[in-house]
Amino acid sequence: METKFEIEKLNLYYGSFQALDNVDMNIYRNKITALIGPSGCGKSTFLRTLNRMNDLIQGVRIEGTVKFDGKDMYGLNYDVIALRKKVGMVFQKPNPFPKTIYENIVYGPRIHGEKNKSKLDRIVEKALYEVAMWEEVKDRLQKPALGLSGGQQQRLCIARCLAVEPEVILMDEPTSALDPVATAKIEELLKELAVKYSIVIVTHNMQQAGRVSDYTSFFLNGKVIETDKTEVIFSNPADKKTEDYITGRFG
Amino acid sequence: MKNYEKVIEKVILLSAIVATISVALITVFIFQSGLPILIQYGLIDFIFGTTWSPTNGYYGILPLIAGTLSVTIGALIIGVPIGVACAVFLSEILAKKPAKVFKFAIELLAGIPSVVYGFFGLVVLIPAIRNYILPIYQIFAPNVSTTGFSILAGAAILAIMILPTIVSMSENAITAVPHEYKEASLALGANKMETMVRVLVPTAKSGILSSIILGMGRAIGETMAVLLITGNMAKMPNTVLDPVATLTGTIAMEMGYASPTHQQVLFAVGIILFIIIMILNIIAQISVRRLGGNAV
Ligand SMILES: Nc1ncnc2c1ncn2[C@@H]1O[C@H](COP(=O)(O)OP(=O)(O)OP(=O)(O)O)[C@@H](O)[C@H]1O
Ligand SMILES: [Mg+2]
Repeated sequence: METKFEIEKLNLYYGSFQALDNVDMNIYRNKITALIGPSGCGKSTFLRTLNRMNDLIQGVRIEGTVKFDGKDMYGLNYDVIALRKKVGMVFQKPNPFPKTIYENIVYGPRIHGEKNKSKLDRIVEKALYEVAMWEEVKDRLQKPALGLSGGQQQRLCIARCLAVEPEVILMDEPTSALDPVATAKIEELLKELAVKYSIVIVTHNMQQAGRVSDYTSFFLNGKVIETDKTEVIFSNPADKKTEDYITGRFG
Repeated sequence: MKNYEKVIEKVILLSAIVATISVALITVFIFQSGLPILIQYGLIDFIFGTTWSPTNGYYGILPLIAGTLSVTIGALIIGVPIGVACAVFLSEILAKKPAKVFKFAIELLAGIPSVVYGFFGLVVLIPAIRNYILPIYQIFAPNVSTTGFSILAGAAILAIMILPTIVSMSENAITAVPHEYKEASLALGANKMETMVRVLVPTAKSGILSSIILGMGRAIGETMAVLLITGNMAKMPNTVLDPVATLTGTIAMEMGYASPTHQQVLFAVGIILFIIIMILNIIAQISVRRLGGNAV
């Protein structure tokens, strides 16, 4: 099994506050890895270290190593732009640009130099097809994306992410703003996407983690308590704290 | 309702009535004073006549319209890119604290009286144009000459005068763009520059456009600074180094010694100015609405 990310002894500080404490983890190719844990335990922070979005926050300090495809991504002269092209991100709140549906999807490819109109058209069709939205929106590609429903907007954001052909997709509670039907659609989609992509998903929904993921990692107060195959975590966790959390006895 | 609330309400109502009536009175007065001569002389001859020589009975204001428009457009050409770039720089590139200092300094520009701008133009800009810009210009067009009093001088000064409006309003608009859009763009592998140009500025465009409109309004209406440095020659300009007279400047200068007919003509100039500003405002408001913003 191929490793995408190897994280060793990762510490992250916001100023003097330590948000990640000695995190070790492997994230595997073409698998879905779920990150669970109570609010404020550092899941989003961890996720954002994987595409270096924490770089944007002032006062962040990072120690330890995070390797992507074997290369230290916090090393000197590491190409962050190329990294973010390979490691896409879907945010908790759907955040399509205030542009048309079409413009949203071609934004990434255009940035990365694609100018050919018919190629861009094909990228749009393919990306929308992958998120099972093509039939729904093919007649309104030139309409504003903000006119879509919340669930559609989130799938559009996934499509926008797929359009740059990433290898990994990071998702931070992608269904927390959605109703059960839209959530089910996205979960279904995740399984299909895992054939081609590696996915890391933060979720507060235990059933969701159980349903969609291959691996699950339990975070508590900035530490990773344990990471294992999802069946193991849910049926036979090694740590008592994991069991307590999963069975809803705290958190 | 309590008593004092009733009083306050009445006072506010009264203020609103006074303001509205003032505007109406001014409008009526200007039209009443200017309209007869406008009709008598002929609207077409008035607007499209190229000779402005009121003492000899020639009232063609096309040179004045050309003067006002050229100086205003020039100011926008110089001021808008600088102002918007400055706004982007302050909101996105510079750290918060120094940005505050800069913003404060730029807003101070708005408090300087316009005659000071004019004076500055007179002693700094006019000689600079004559001594430095002209030789460069002559490389391309050898026959051009200038005293320095010119469209360029007026446009440059107006550009500085409209900067505070453009910078602070645009900066607010750009800062108000939701952080999520910026994150989405960066997460797709866009760099800072691409994010600014393709996401932040387009998202803030209605606010930026509003700032440009306000700046334009100020530029068209500005009288004193422009009066001192554009040369006040009511002739059709050929190059940016030619002197021009503006609608406002002409009214201000000539009203003092004008004969009764001439005075009426100046009121007619006021009518035209009034209409030009109305038209520009309407166009501007429509375009802001089209872009999905709130018109100013
Ligand atoms: N920009 C920041 N500056 C300072 N502290 C921060 C910042 N972002 C997060 N934190 C702190 O770091 C800790 C971890 O936050 P993080 O957002 O990673 O939690 P989370 O596990 O994603 O929580 P949730 O489930 O509520 O989203 C929290 O205590 C939070 O207050
Ligand atoms: Mg979070």
